[in-house]
Amino acid sequence: MNTLVQRFSTTSAQSEINKAKALAADDQDFDDFAWGSEAGFGTIAKGVPTFSLPAVPDPRAFLRLHTDDHADPNCRIKIQHGTTTLAFRFKGGVIVAVDSRATAGSYIASGTVKKVIEINPYLLGTMAGGAADCQFWETYLGMHCRLHELRNRERISVSAASKYLSNLVYNYKGMGLSMGTMICGWDKTGPSVFYVDSDGTRLKGNLFSVGSGSTHAYGVLDQGYHWDLSDEDAQELGRRSIYAAGHRDAYSGNTCNLYHIKEDGWHFIGNYDISKMHYEGPGNVPGSENVGYGYDVRVVGRSSANPPPSAPTPVVAA
Amino acid sequence: MEHSFASPSGHPQPHQRHFNPYSENGGTILAIAGANFSVIAGDTRQSEGYSIQTRYAPKVFRLTDKAVLATNGFAADGNMFVKKVRQRLEWYRHAHSKDMPIRAIARLIQTMLYARRFFPYYVYNILGGIEEDGSGAVYSFDPVGSYEREACRAAGAAQSLVQPFLDNQIYFKNQTPAHGTSHPAHLPLDHVLELVIDSFTSATERHIEVGDGLEIYVVLAKGSTPQVLDRWQGVTEMTTTQDGERMFVIRRNLKRD
Repeated sequence: MNTLVQRFSTTSAQSEINKAKALAADDQDFDDFAWGSEAGFGTIAKGVPTFSLPAVPDPRAFLRLHTDDHADPNCRIKIQHGTTTLAFRFKGGVIVAVDSRATAGSYIASGTVKKVIEINPYLLGTMAGGAADCQFWETYLGMHCRLHELRNRERISVSAASKYLSNLVYNYKGMGLSMGTMICGWDKTGPSVFYVDSDGTRLKGNLFSVGSGSTHAYGVLDQGYHWDLSDEDAQELGRRSIYAAGHRDAYSGNTCNLYHIKEDGWHFIGNYDISKMHYEGPGNVPGSENVGYGYDVRVVGRSSANPPPSAPTPVVAA
Repeated sequence: MEHSFASPSGHPQPHQRHFNPYSENGGTILAIAGANFSVIAGDTRQSEGYSIQTRYAPKVFRLTDKAVLATNGFAADGNMFVKKVRQRLEWYRHAHSKDMPIRAIARLIQTMLYARRFFPYYVYNILGGIEEDGSGAVYSFDPVGSYEREACRAAGAAQSLVQPFLDNQIYFKNQTPAHGTSHPAHLPLDHVLELVIDSFTSATERHIEVGDGLEIYVVLAKGSTPQVLDRWQGVTEMTTTQDGERMFVIRRNLKRD
């Protein structure tokens, strides 16, 4: 805690040194590691990476002024927001399903974002909030999980990995990090899911959904969730929940990425177009009846052109 | 007359000023990956508000023989960032006697951008080039380092004009193939170059911050023939080594009004 206070106080001797360093050389954050191939992660031996701070009394206010798009939609640096992600635990493992839309204000910056971060073959992290925050820190977490394996000759538990992440982001509390993530995996205790966010919250649970579309996803997820779901039905529930969020939340959509974690690690199940799921269904996949989730249920029986499947076909009088 | 920020008591009030190190210099960049080539382009106008600062300020930079970086946003940050990336690539060359592969450059850029998470570079980056397996690659970044490999990406002032056009012409979004046919997975180089030029002439017509000049970098994978480029005018070869990837730049004029 003392180091944190020192780092941001504007009067201490340490901060004077920091300021002088920042003014004298911008290259302060490079040591010998930069000559190698460690690409900045070389700091791993010394603990957390170092960050440059603006030479202002309140770096947080500076960052908020220039990046927070809730306070000021015209601010220059737009950080990507808006998402639906979900993960749930059941007898067959963990289902992780996410959308793929990234928005900057009302502009759809990308429709092909990978919001599931493959930390290692047994651990997945989801991405909600700042895309860079999630990508960077979960990659960093992956490196520490590997170090844990080398030091202890066994895989890190999901609980330990998620606590590593939550302790890490807690060090930066209040500085503007934005991430809401689910760390999912299979360890000695079986399947598990932990929710970790940038406030420092860490929760163990069976079922989570995070992001602007989470309420819509919960609606579908809660009514279909059961511990004894079959693998196929569980996958279908994940897909169907992301579809619901993509359909009703403007900040979510494009496609759904689906993962299933089993005892032998995670498996990528598929990528499903959300508009296609509305009209035609997710395609010929296990667990699905392959009918549109949204279109047929609204129009079937409304006109003679769309008779219900069981209705007798009209016979033209001779 | 009373001074505007004097208090009723006559004493000057503390006056808050905020530190604003950023500006916005307009322009647009664009990159498209093909099967065995990559095209990275940017206009050369630099402006601030309604005034044009210069008609030739490059936004696309050669990093190695197989990697090109395009920057957009605040030009001063962009130039400094490119300088630092090049420095790190030179160090890598000295340490390993080879050029850094493009997927490693992409990760390097992520960590360099994220090191400034609390004092960001106001720069949108697009990295284009050839992957170690010989395929064309495009990586796009946000200002604090989140990145993704894509087939095409436009960024900058006219992003919202150009990207939908690319979605339609490259990803064939909202197009239905004629009966019995299918859309090609990869487009040929001359077709891609035509799309790039059309994107920029159209963006110049409808966006005030785009124009003056166009620089298109073309990176060809090892062993591919550059014959296609014979039909194009204003092509300059930038390759520095023998029998590796080859790099060309095509310079065009855009409307200057």
